[in-house]
Parts: sequence; structure tokens; C-alpha cells
Amino acid sequence: MTLETLIDIKGVRHAYRTASGPLPVLDGLELSVPEGGFVAVVGPSGCGKSTLTRLIAGLLIPEEGEVRVHGTRITAPRSNVGMAFQNPVLLEWRTILQNVLLPLEIVPTKLSKAQGEERARKLLALVGLEGFENKRPSELSGGMKQRASLCRALIHAPEVLILDEPFGALDAFTREDLWQIMHRVKAEEPFTGVLITHDLRESIFLADQVVVLSGRPARTQYVLDIPGTGLRTLDHLYTPEAANMLNILRHQIEVAQGRVPAGDAA
Amino acid sequence: MTARQVYVPVAALLIFLAAWEALVWVMGWPTFKMAAPSDLPPAYAKYWELFLVMGWQTLWRTVAGLLLAVVFGTALGMVMGFSRTMRDALYPLLVGFNAVPKATVVPIVALMFVGWHDFNTVLIAFMISFFPIAVSVSIGLSTLEPEYRDILRSLGASQSTIFWKIALPKTLPEFFGALKVSVTLAFIGTNLMEIVSPHGRGLGALFDSGKTNSDYPLMFAVLIVLALLGIFLYYIVVALEKTFAGWADRSNV
Ligand SMILES: Nc1ncnc2c1ncn2[C@@H]1O[C@H](COP(=O)(O)OP(=O)(O)O)[C@@H](O)[C@H]1O
Ligand SMILES: [Mg+2]
Repeated sequence: MTLETLIDIKGVRHAYRTASGPLPVLDGLELSVPEGGFVAVVGPSGCGKSTLTRLIAGLLIPEEGEVRVHGTRITAPRSNVGMAFQNPVLLEWRTILQNVLLPLEIVPTKLSKAQGEERARKLLALVGLEGFENKRPSELSGGMKQRASLCRALIHAPEVLILDEPFGALDAFTREDLWQIMHRVKAEEPFTGVLITHDLRESIFLADQVVVLSGRPARTQYVLDIPGTGLRTLDHLYTPEAANMLNILRHQIEVAQGRVPAGDAA
Repeated sequence: MTARQVYVPVAALLIFLAAWEALVWVMGWPTFKMAAPSDLPPAYAKYWELFLVMGWQTLWRTVAGLLLAVVFGTALGMVMGFSRTMRDALYPLLVGFNAVPKATVVPIVALMFVGWHDFNTVLIAFMISFFPIAVSVSIGLSTLEPEYRDILRSLGASQSTIFWKIALPKTLPEFFGALKVSVTLAFIGTNLMEIVSPHGRGLGALFDSGKTNSDYPLMFAVLIVLALLGIFLYYIVVALEKTFAGWADRSNV
């Protein structure tokens, strides 16, 4: 079965205008994500990963090259994406349920109010937040906030889920919990995903393809396909295959950081 | 409210009044030097009609000035909060304006609009109190984390939707913090003008007439009423804050 390409980024070049002149951030970025695929993007910090997510969301239009979703060239936000960031940015004056429902107040939806609420409750239960619907964000732990933020990103069934280092601020155990929750969510609520991360283990655990970006200005430096559809249990991270993939990626990151020349074997 | 929250302040007030009475009695001060609490009831009995009329004048003009300050301060804060250029342009002006002691502006305004007593008074109450509101709203808006905007913008939300759904409610705690300062300032502004204006009205003018006639019990009686009005206004703001920004209070979670 060949999968239709959902996100297609070709020859993208972009520079930010800053006080000290243009800052080239992306230069020769290529990315292609099939429908239902889950791509992890890794790269040195400050290389342009968040900029890439803003391109896909239509929040930023590149100076050169094109970003297509479903074949349509993105020139403005199109309400078909869901986003979650390292900062969960929940609204303190709303309950968790009301927070999750926020996108439905903005995007056109066929769901009635009751149906929307039912869907929100279902998503919250899926990520293990049953019983927290009427709590305020300040009553939740960091990991729980992040789970609520994920539900908000999914409530309107977006075509593309964009996750920009969503687990970056969490402790190691909470992070591993959330990885497993992500697999559960993906099984129940299929989405096409782009995950920005600086955790290589996370990238091979969750994604079916890992893209390594070069240092700024970023171009696509290396693409690693993960066999199967992502690793399903934490045990998989301790197999020789996983160790091999991690080695390859670590080497590529070092190349991207300019610490070793590309030719050196890992 | 628990019984404790009632009787502790009341006890403190009674002790304060007793100490005041005792001080005047021990020092043997005559009433034209310092009034004692026991001098006040006769003053209220004699002038109660004036207190009602003047108290109302002071109250409505303070509230009117404050409402203007809220509207203007919020609008100014929004302009400065959303536009960096406007912030850079207006901030020095605003700071300079605020640095001028308002006591020096009062006589100028009193002369400028001589005879327009209500207008004068409302204007000063407004001028003295909009600054904290403008600053808090602009800071609240300009420090909104970009992710909040991005979440809504990526869904195609307009700027005004972002303002109503996120920016405004998120700024409310700072806004009410500033309003508590502003309400006290507006009250000071009203009284300054009432005292300084010739043929003034309001409690400030009543205070001034007490001064002219060396009626110390009246002056102290006015002070007490001013304190009560000030407390009343302050707690109205506190009640509004509880209603509209109660979520920001972590102590009742
Ligand atoms: N709006 C902006 N204006 C100017 N420079 C920016 C802007 N956003 C990001 N940058 C700069 O562009 C570079 C890439 O940013 P970003 O995409 O956030 O990197 P990453 O997410 O990979 O850490 C960084 O050096 C950052 O400082
Ligand atoms: Mg980033």
C-alpha cells in the first residue's frame, strides 16, 4: 500500500529579519510526511525546528520554497492543525474540560455542544485524566497539564498534529509514561504527526521516521526510517537494534553540531 | 466570613478609639487643638445633612473619575500592549506625566476650569488614577507568551478573538491589582480638588470649612467619613476582583 503524502515541504529557505540584519534559519529544507505517518525532527538547539512547525501551521510563510498540506499550498493558518508545546499554555480561568473544548469555539465544527463535550471527555479518559474534567490547570501536575494540552490539540480532529518538544520539561519517568500514552492515543485517534524533540530515545520510540536537521541555517541532513510503526514497549529501547539506531542518530547530531566531519563512522 | 474575621478588626478599632480618647484626656488638649472620639457624635448630629450631601458628591465624582480612568487606561494599555512602537513612543511621556506631583496640577486645573467644579474634580480624580491601569494592562498584554497566540492563530482565530478569549482574561489579575491602587489615588484626587477649589463642594470642602472656622471636631469627623468611604470603595474593587479574577487566587483552590 502506498500512502498519500500529506505534508510536503520542498526547497524551503527562510530568514528572520533582526536588528542586526537577516538571520537565515532554514535553507534547503525538505520534509515529506505520509498520511498517518509520525515524523520526529531532531537537530541542534536553535537550528530552526520551531520555525519549521510554524511553517506547517501556516503561522509563517517561507521566503522561498513551498509547504503543502494535502496538496494545498499553505499561505495562512487553516485550522486543520493541532499544536502542543513544551509550555502547556492552559487557560487558568477555565476548567480542564473547558480548556480542551477551546478549539471547537474557533474552528467550524459539525459537533453539537453535547457531542463536543462527549468527545472531550473521551479524549481525557484516553490520556488518563478521567475525573479531572472540572479541575483547574493549577491543580494538575506538569505531566497532567501536558496530557490536557494534547487533548486540546486533538479535539477538532486535526489533519496534522504538531508537537514542539511537548515532553521536554518533564522528568524522565513522567516522560516515559507520556510516550506510552502517545501510542495509545495514536491507536485510538489516528493522526499525522510531526514531533520536535531533543531526546533521541523519544524519537525512535514514537516516530516511524526520524529527520535530522543540520545546524542553522537548517537543511535536511539525514533521514532514518524506523522499522515497524514505532517501538511499542520501553523494552524495545534496550535492544541491539535500538542501540544501533541511537548510535547513528547521535553521530548525525554531532555532525550537525559541527563537532565531527560527516565522513567519520559512528 | 468567620466570627474571628469580624471581632478581631472591631476589637482593634475599639482599642484604637480608646487610646485616642485617653491620649487627648491625659494630655489635656482642648478641642480646638485635637478632638477626641467623644467629640465626634455631636459633630455628626449637628451636620448630618451636610455629611450626606457632601459625602454623595465626593463619592460620585471619585467613581466617575475612576470609571474614566478605567476606560482610558485600558485603551492606552491595549495600544501599548499590542504595538511595540506605540509602547516605545508613549512610555516616556506617560512616566513623565506621572512624575509631576498632582498637588501642583490641582491649582492649575482649578483655575483653568474655574466654576466647573464637578468637571475639575472628576478630571483630577481621572488624571491621578489612570496610570497604574494603563501600565498594568500594557504589561499584561505584552508579556503574553507567544504560544498562547499561536494556539489560537493556528486555528484561524482573529486578533479580536485572541484578545477576548485569552489576552483580556489573562490580564484581569494585574488589572484589579492596579485598580486597587487607582481607587485610592482617585479618592485623593477628588479631595485635593475639593479642598483647594474656592466655593468647593464635597467632603473636602466640608473639611476646609471646618478648618476656616477652627471646628476641629468637624474636621476629624470628616476624616473618619473619608476613611469609611475609602474602605467602602476598596472593598467594592475586592469584591469585583473575586468575581471576575477569583481563579487567580491560589489560596482558595
Ligand atoms: N521571530 C523571530 N525573529 C527573529 N529571530 C527568531 C525568531 N524566532 C526564532 N528566531 C531565531 O531563529 C533561530 C531558530 O529558532 P527556532 O526555530 O525557535 O529554533 P529551535 O526550535 O530549533 O531551537 C534561533 O536562533 C532564534 O533565536
Ligand atoms: Mg524550539
